[in-house]
Amino acid sequence: MHFNNETVLARIEQQKPGLLLGSETGYDGVLNVETSREQAHELLQFLRDDNELNFHFLTTLCGMHYPDHSGKELGVVYHLHNWPENRRIRVKAWFSVEDPHIATITDLWPTANWMERQEYDFFGIIFNGHPKLTRILNVEDLDVFPMRKEYRLEDGTRTDKDDRFFGRDGHEGRSFD
Amino acid sequence: MQVQSYFSQLDSLEGELATLNLGPTHPATHGIFQNVLKMDGERIVSAEPTIGYIHRAFEKLAEHRPYGQITPITDRLNYCSSPINNMGWHMTVEKLAKIELPKRAEYMRVIIMELARIADHLVCNSVIGVDTGALTGFTYVFQEREKIYEMFEEVCGTRLTTNIGRIGGMERDFSPAFHHKLRTFLKTFPAIFEEFNNLLERNRIFMDRCIGAGPISAERAMAYGFTGPNLRATGVDYDVRVMNPYSSYQDFEFDIPVGSGQGDTYDRFMVRQEEIRQSLRIINQAYNNLPEGPYHADVPDFYLPEKPDVYTKMEALIYHFKIVMGETPVPAGEVYHSVEGGNGELGFYLISDGGRQPYRLHFRRPCFIYYQAYPEMIKGAMLSDAILAMSSMNVIAGELDA
Repeated sequence: MHFNNETVLARIEQQKPGLLLGSETGYDGVLNVETSREQAHELLQFLRDDNELNFHFLTTLCGMHYPDHSGKELGVVYHLHNWPENRRIRVKAWFSVEDPHIATITDLWPTANWMERQEYDFFGIIFNGHPKLTRILNVEDLDVFPMRKEYRLEDGTRTDKDDRFFGRDGHEGRSFD
Repeated sequence: MQVQSYFSQLDSLEGELATLNLGPTHPATHGIFQNVLKMDGERIVSAEPTIGYIHRAFEKLAEHRPYGQITPITDRLNYCSSPINNMGWHMTVEKLAKIELPKRAEYMRVIIMELARIADHLVCNSVIGVDTGALTGFTYVFQEREKIYEMFEEVCGTRLTTNIGRIGGMERDFSPAFHHKLRTFLKTFPAIFEEFNNLLERNRIFMDRCIGAGPISAERAMAYGFTGPNLRATGVDYDVRVMNPYSSYQDFEFDIPVGSGQGDTYDRFMVRQEEIRQSLRIINQAYNNLPEGPYHADVPDFYLPEKPDVYTKMEALIYHFKIVMGETPVPAGEVYHSVEGGNGELGFYLISDGGRQPYRLHFRRPCFIYYQAYPEMIKGAMLSDAILAMSSMNVIAGELDA
């Protein structure tokens, strides 16, 4: 199989129709595919096990928070890598912040264990079926998920670093603290 | 067979296991790591690592800093080889902004990055020696590490947390003192290094202590997301410098050493030793063929203008102000860039919405990812082997905890 983004996409569509909600070639040329959180596990397992695609290595996974995307505020991005062909793919799944659940992939890659714990710690994403989903970097009794956008870096009552003193409102409504 | 029957008895021994806190601060762990060990005498039955003691919220911090000001954060990931982190970040931004560097800048970066790799591996390997009871090698090579730091000092003014280079190239050309120091280093270091090597490589005590300590198979290592020397020790020749060459690595000839496949402490030691020799090869090639030309790209939006110009030219003053205040326009988009750090694939996943700071920046930190395998690697081992396994994995607290 000649490996490029189109053939990878065609292979997924052919073998597992209906798993993809969308796809695009990313800014850096990596294929981005979007799937639903219910089907993310199935898609990732297929990408790993399919002989031709062979995305066998989980490079990393990370959470994202877009407070303005109603119903799709939180997301997880999985970076997979096929070493023999040197191809990468990014799989994204979105869900709402009120119901932040997605299936764990620790059964596919043991390395996902701490990665998922970290994203739980940062964003409060609950990975269903994870063997031990507890905070990993922050203290256990922290009652917020600090990487969510509503939490400012510093005390929100501070005024000495207010962007308005520099004649601006911050980028797209976000202040620069 | 013996080990198996040993473990089958463990259930009945449950009540007799001792709990031992290894860390958070322990002189043998070289950093803030806590492991709650269940011990049966001197043998480890299970280990439960606790991490995060020096968590500094880098990913959150990075969302509130202009691009140029994120470099000092990356210093503090793997602080044994900060320049690699700095340049990995610079290359990520350059990928986003589509900045092409002149060859000279790329070669200069390669020289600095390989020096950093040598310093990183020297620390790791000499510390394995310390943990086996051989302090001599450590004191030998720390002199050489000091010389590398002096070279960094010549280039950027600092030693450990270097903040070296800029987005768009190097902040200044190599100084005559740097040239002198590098030439001396290249001449004297190989012999000193081989002396260090002779102290340990075929040392009977060292071999007996290291062979078989903290092993992991290639399959398990890949499932655990290992990269870098620890993966290569298991016999897999994955190296980002070869797989996705950055900064002109394709111009140089070097070998990727792999271990015997056992993936134990001795394999990891040997792989790092050979990588130091290969790094020297790369530095020699890069230095002898260092191209003439500018040492940074012509990107006034990112690259700070010369200080005298700032005081005398209006345009330079404007660019200076815009860069310092974080008003540089950057394209929206997402990029993933990775470099071969001291410990493996150091990745930067950057999402930009066109704003002055990243919308999201995720660090793929190799330490954080492979340290998960530690309990599996030391299960059933002696406590002293667990110390060796940890130091040979080169777990750096800064990179682990971000």
